[in-house]
Amino acid sequence: MDWMAWTWPTAIFFMVIASLLIIFTVLAIKFPETPRMGILRIDTTRGDRLFITLLGSAFINIAWLGLVGTNQPYAMIVCLIYAAAVFRWV
Amino acid sequence: MEKTVNQKAWFLVLPVLVLVAFSAVIPLMTVVNYSVQDTFGNNQFFWAGLEWFKEMLDSERMWNALGRQLMFSGIILLIEVPLGVFVALNMPKSGFWSSFCLVLMSLPLLIPWNVVGTIWQIFGRVDIGLLGYTLDALGIDYNYTQDTVAAWITIVVMDVWHWTSLVALLAYAGLKSIPDAYYQAAKIDQASRWKVFRYIELPKMMGVLMIAILLRFMDSFMIYTEPFVVTGGGPGNATTLLSIDLVKMALGQFDLGPAAAFSLMYFLVILLISWVFYTVMINLEKREG
Repeated sequence: MDWMAWTWPTAIFFMVIASLLIIFTVLAIKFPETPRMGILRIDTTRGDRLFITLLGSAFINIAWLGLVGTNQPYAMIVCLIYAAAVFRWV
Repeated sequence: MEKTVNQKAWFLVLPVLVLVAFSAVIPLMTVVNYSVQDTFGNNQFFWAGLEWFKEMLDSERMWNALGRQLMFSGIILLIEVPLGVFVALNMPKSGFWSSFCLVLMSLPLLIPWNVVGTIWQIFGRVDIGLLGYTLDALGIDYNYTQDTVAAWITIVVMDVWHWTSLVALLAYAGLKSIPDAYYQAAKIDQASRWKVFRYIELPKMMGVLMIAILLRFMDSFMIYTEPFVVTGGGPGNATTLLSIDLVKMALGQFDLGPAAAFSLMYFLVILLISWVFYTVMINLEKREG
């Protein structure tokens, strides 16, 4: 796989996403749920909220990079707060 | 009768999963991988971190391309959607002419992108193209290779020519699904033509129109071939839309890192907009019932 020039950070990034998907799949099988309506006025399940969290986090990171430009790890704190808010209210 | 639960059938989709992983998932992962590295050729890569993302976010070139892209998508949606609905409203509802119109409308949709580009490239030429020659003969200063406005008008009209049919056909399908009873009720109430459109036809068409808008937005946001064949992104950078700029960067200059970072952000925007449209569409359907 050397010719594809994989790096550990990329690998970890995808492993985190893959394990999140696996965890949420297992959760959905073990504890089935009914969609609920939150502040966006749309029906969401846990999986939908995960998608909204991941997509939003990508934009938060890009915005942080573009507007702040330094201390990128702090953007992850914003993402975690955002994730908690999404899972609580969306 | 109680149904037996058997999840083994899921294994039947495995070949598809492998195929999708090979053709889409792993290539996407490769792009992420390239976006954090730098290369000087010879397949040697060096860690660059978020440098390329930062460079792209600060790059005026990318923001300009994004601006042009949004303007292009906005203009074609503003023209194609109302025009498509207008055409659909005026199409014959049944009989020979209805089929004739349907076939006629489908024709532009069947032509490959680069052929459409070539048709308009020649059509607009002042020396040998019918449109260019006629405009020139009428004394109108039209030259899409040198004039920004002419270039924009050409690619917008070309897109309208190519894709309005799609909106019209979808709107037509939506109109056909309205039961006669609605029109009869409107007649009894002596509703005006406008009110019939506003309160019966438009709400009933909403679902398919959303699909039409989504399809047209996505297609126009990712458009490459047609404007590339006609203007090549010029004059200057006047019609360099996002994907044209991306290809220039990735293949022309072989800047893999910046191009990868650029395409990931491009991908995120498309993902976000598709999700919004999809959610709105699903909720519209639910509300209708």
